[in-house]
Amino acid sequence: MTTTVAEAGKLPDYDYNIVRQFTIMSVVWGIFGMGVGVLIAAQLAWPALNDLWQPFTHFGRLRPLHTNAVIFAFGGSVLFATSYYVVQRTCQTRLWGGWLIPFTFWGWQVVIIAAAITLPLGYTSSKEYAELEWPIDILIALVWIAYAIVFFGTIAKRRTSHIYVANWFFGAYIITIAALHIVNNLEVPVAPFKSYSIYSGTKDAMIQWWYGHNAVGFFLTAAFLGIMYYFVPKQAGRPVYSYQLSIVHFWALISIYVWAGGHHLHYSALPDWTQSLAMIMSVILLAPSWGGMINGIMTLSGAWHKLRTDPTLRFLVVSLSFYGMSTFEGPMMSIKTVNALSHNTDWTIGHVHSGALGWVAMISIGALYHLVPVLWGRKEMYSVKLINAHFWLATVGTVLYIAAMWVNGITQGLMWRAFNADGTLTYSFVESVIASHPGYIVRWLGGAFFLTGMFLMAYNVFRTVTDEPKEGEVRHDENLPIAKNA
Amino acid sequence: MTIDILRQIAVVLGALAFLAVCWWAFSPKRKKRFEEDAKLPFADEQETLDKSARESESTTGDEAGKKQEQGQDK
Repeated sequence: MTTTVAEAGKLPDYDYNIVRQFTIMSVVWGIFGMGVGVLIAAQLAWPALNDLWQPFTHFGRLRPLHTNAVIFAFGGSVLFATSYYVVQRTCQTRLWGGWLIPFTFWGWQVVIIAAAITLPLGYTSSKEYAELEWPIDILIALVWIAYAIVFFGTIAKRRTSHIYVANWFFGAYIITIAALHIVNNLEVPVAPFKSYSIYSGTKDAMIQWWYGHNAVGFFLTAAFLGIMYYFVPKQAGRPVYSYQLSIVHFWALISIYVWAGGHHLHYSALPDWTQSLAMIMSVILLAPSWGGMINGIMTLSGAWHKLRTDPTLRFLVVSLSFYGMSTFEGPMMSIKTVNALSHNTDWTIGHVHSGALGWVAMISIGALYHLVPVLWGRKEMYSVKLINAHFWLATVGTVLYIAAMWVNGITQGLMWRAFNADGTLTYSFVESVIASHPGYIVRWLGGAFFLTGMFLMAYNVFRTVTDEPKEGEVRHDENLPIAKNA
Repeated sequence: MTIDILRQIAVVLGALAFLAVCWWAFSPKRKKRFEEDAKLPFADEQETLDKSARESESTTGDEAGKKQEQGQDK
């Protein structure tokens, strides 16, 4: 039974315009979000930097700006671009949705700009990764519903009989994020930029971390696995290692992730059984996570030599290594006895960035380096050497970052729990802050490495897009009818 | 019915659902079909389309072969 029904010799008229817009904004917001990250890392190392322009540049106001910008502005733009691209190409049909398509782009940009204004001004609902106040929440919900209509509308009019696995991951991400965002942000508005959550106390905390962890599970994991299942095979030039494993991977991952959020609330007022349930589900999560990682890496079996010459492929594969590392670390940290050491320390920050820089950002960068030449009808990026330099900056930056946070986190955890023979604490809190100072400087350095790589990427993308292609450099093997319009 | 009975039922149903997905995905009957599905990302490349077009008409064959080489150079 064949499920790929491409009409011989004829390609659909794909909508690459929207993909191009989101691709460019991914690079712009990546630099912006990571730039804020490097600034707040510097503030922790050199606190005087908080006073650049008080109160707007205080760490407490810039930190949510950093997280929102890298997750929703950078990560979100990458996901819009790649999901719109993948759904068209694997359904072999043009994007469906009329005016809803540009609405998702401009609506999302307005959300980001509104966040960049309101967060430094101090407007916040105080829920982590959901700080934005209610008018912006409503706009996010509208954009997201439009996104779902466009995505599933395109799937509905597909010309292939099978729905490729990447689209299953993208679809799960779109539906789940809609549910998470709307349920967690149910609130009572009392002023144009002030609201109160309709939940209270422990229930509020549980809803918040059901949201928070599934934002990790579906926004930062499932959706980027959708990227993996399309771009790793494409860049490696061979189909995914095991399509059957990808099906089990999908169902196992989405059905287990939703139970794990409680591990953010270990040793809190959350009922003990809920904490244990979250811990057990988090440990089980190791299995589907590693199943997916192995599936991605094994796709290269027989094509390992390509890693030597293709830095784009290296980005994709190293991102999977970091994914495997952080999905081992996560279940371990969710075990209550380990969590007793790691909770509230820099170890958590290191774990998040091992996922965010190593996995999410690096697979995004790999996908963007694959996309840009296709979208603008070029044979390859302006400079492969610059991609290679970017790869090493990103890898070294990530390793510096997470190593510094491991050292800091374990140091802090051990110092906080050290007792004297008479039961008093061995160290005061500020002593653990002083012990963390060298790590903060190394962390800032690692972040600066990563950001420098992003500037190289911006230059490389700019030259690829604007340089007139020389004879023979125009790409013929992709969808040319659209590329000509560029 | 106590909540413990419900919990036991939930565990059994969850395990059955997992086994059912595994059976569905790995049954030899569907192996061929999934191997075809895995090729979907490559189905809309000009080369693939040319290859299928060549079967009926062989005018673009040489050119497509050259392009395919180019693509693999990267």
